[in-house]
Amino acid sequence: MTKDQLTLESPSAPRRTRLQELWQLFRENRLAIMGLIIFVLFFITAISGVVLTSGQKPVFDPAMVRLQEKLLPPLTRPQIDTLQPTEIPTLGVYLFGTDDLGRDVFSRMLQGAWVSLTVGFVAVGISVLVGIFMGGIAGYFGQEYIFLDHILITVILTAGAILLFVGSTGPGVACIVVGHVYILYRIVCRLLSKTRHTRLKSRGLLHKKALSIDTMIMRMVDIMLCFPSFFLILTVVALVPASMYNIMIVIGLTSWMGTTRFVRAEFLSLREQDFVTAAKALGVGNFRIIFRHMMPNAVAPVLVSATIGIATAILTEAGLSFLGFGVPPPHATWGNILSDGKRFIFDAPWLTFIPGIAILIVVLCFNLFGEGLRDAMNPKLRERG
Amino acid sequence: MLSFIGRSIVQKSVTLFFVSIVSFLIIHLAPGEPSQVDPMNPKFTPEMVERFKKEFHLDKPLYVQYTYFYRDLFTGKIVSWKDNQSVLTKIWERFLNSLPLFIVGTILTWTLSFPVGIRSAIFRGGIYDRSATFLAYLLISIPGFFFAYILIILVVTTLHVPVIGMETFGLGASSWGYVFMDRIWHLLIPSILGATGGIAVLSRYVRSQMLEVEGQDYVRTARAKGLSSDQVHYKHALRNALLPFVTMFGLILPGLIGGSVIIESIFSWPGMGRMAYEAILARDYPIILTVNFISAVLVLAGTFISDILYLVVDPRIRL
Repeated sequence: MTKDQLTLESPSAPRRTRLQELWQLFRENRLAIMGLIIFVLFFITAISGVVLTSGQKPVFDPAMVRLQEKLLPPLTRPQIDTLQPTEIPTLGVYLFGTDDLGRDVFSRMLQGAWVSLTVGFVAVGISVLVGIFMGGIAGYFGQEYIFLDHILITVILTAGAILLFVGSTGPGVACIVVGHVYILYRIVCRLLSKTRHTRLKSRGLLHKKALSIDTMIMRMVDIMLCFPSFFLILTVVALVPASMYNIMIVIGLTSWMGTTRFVRAEFLSLREQDFVTAAKALGVGNFRIIFRHMMPNAVAPVLVSATIGIATAILTEAGLSFLGFGVPPPHATWGNILSDGKRFIFDAPWLTFIPGIAILIVVLCFNLFGEGLRDAMNPKLRERG
Repeated sequence: MLSFIGRSIVQKSVTLFFVSIVSFLIIHLAPGEPSQVDPMNPKFTPEMVERFKKEFHLDKPLYVQYTYFYRDLFTGKIVSWKDNQSVLTKIWERFLNSLPLFIVGTILTWTLSFPVGIRSAIFRGGIYDRSATFLAYLLISIPGFFFAYILIILVVTTLHVPVIGMETFGLGASSWGYVFMDRIWHLLIPSILGATGGIAVLSRYVRSQMLEVEGQDYVRTARAKGLSSDQVHYKHALRNALLPFVTMFGLILPGLIGGSVIIESIFSWPGMGRMAYEAILARDYPIILTVNFISAVLVLAGTFISDILYLVVDPRIRL
């Protein structure tokens, strides 16, 4: 038997990797490709925007006020003779016009692009991290039980922390001390039972099964889903001090439920599969199994929902800015450029249309990209193609 | 069946209890206090603040405030901090204003998205399907406030009808028909805006459901029997594709109270969303918490109804 025959008859690995296959399917979807291209362009714009508009002497100054040049339509040339040399716009022309204070809308849009990008990515990053964590625990350790005393201790410790925070020191300290004493007691019990190699029947009165971890996490998801999301975000953003980071955190912490459900569902089916059993039989640790073996198989739907989540987060941030709860004023965002421009909607429509269309295009590209990804990853379509 | 109903009622009450705690904590543990709303107001003396705090139990510990609040809510005695009016009557008035928007929006959503979705599923991959898909993505992606301004400019400059508010001010002596048309115009634009997102999402969903069913064996059998394509599409495919949508009737319930904060504030529509927005600005905790509580009740009731409906319409599901 020659070597050629051997290679022909032995089972061969698929010629293309999964990534190449994905790309092949993805490339056929013209809308999705368009989305990807716009996404890359937007990314470059945002990065260059933050470089060009920040620092002591920015190339494009978004905060430069020229009151004599206010509300100029796009592509007007500045009147050089009325301006100081430092006030002349860098391009020699107001590409997107000026607003009611004579600020260059082009530089403000550049600055705002970065805000949209970071809000989208950080908020979705937070929500994906929380979602993967919760979903992973619910899917992998879901059948484990939480014991009654664990819940009680958590409640007591939290109550103690809140009481301390509110100001009543006595009961707060008492709660925390009681909680820690009980934890110490449990640790000592466990150590004793380990050293004596016997199963001590020292399980306390309260050490009873209460509910499974899966139930608990899914009920938390249910609770979070009961809140009207935009209203909740608006409430919290209105109550906490205005800053870009608070908005990101709030959007992130109110949108992790979908990811949790996806990851849990994937994990529930994955943990029954043979490769997980094999890994367990080899003695691989739980966390290595979760992150090295299971997560790569569960990440596809998360990626899709994250892409679409970025679009939603950008829209939410724009909506908050529009209502006046967004990133605080000196900093330009697309939402507050539009919000400021709405008073001049008939005199200076570009103040409404430029940021509006920019938000529309960016959100659209994320949505198209996400949907294209979803289609490419759909196993039904893969068989057909 | 009965045990399912009993179990889910218990489960949903527990969820509701936790929602009430979480929303209460979110509001009260956030920095800032309601008594600091207007520190520049000279009438707001320290004695006033003290009286205000006493009046609304703000000097009590949190759990006492919590029990006071929900006792007042369930006995209907709860009052707004801003003007001492009953919260429930205020919400009811605003709810009646939001109701027409909700009804027209829902009718638009459900009547438009089905034909669009079904047609794009039948002519899958055609020019109609592709343009409908693109349009749907466009409508999902457009910021509501931006779309609102486009529509306002269009309507005001081409049709010359005023659209802001619920009705044009000072129409007292006009004819009945004129007033009626005025109300319709004021109602139509915000409703269309409220419906756009729904139309886009629902029509995509209808399309995917139709496609799923059209691939089934019984549809092929129906074709093979020589049935006309209308009969195959509308009798065999559509009826089965409709199943999941029955359950969605329950899920539109939360929309009753949500309203849209942004759309209602653009159009100065005195509805629920705007009231909630004003309450947030004024830190009027009773209104915020009550709106939150009612909407949580509606979400839970909605999922409950949709579960029950699913049981009723789909004989394959047995508990």
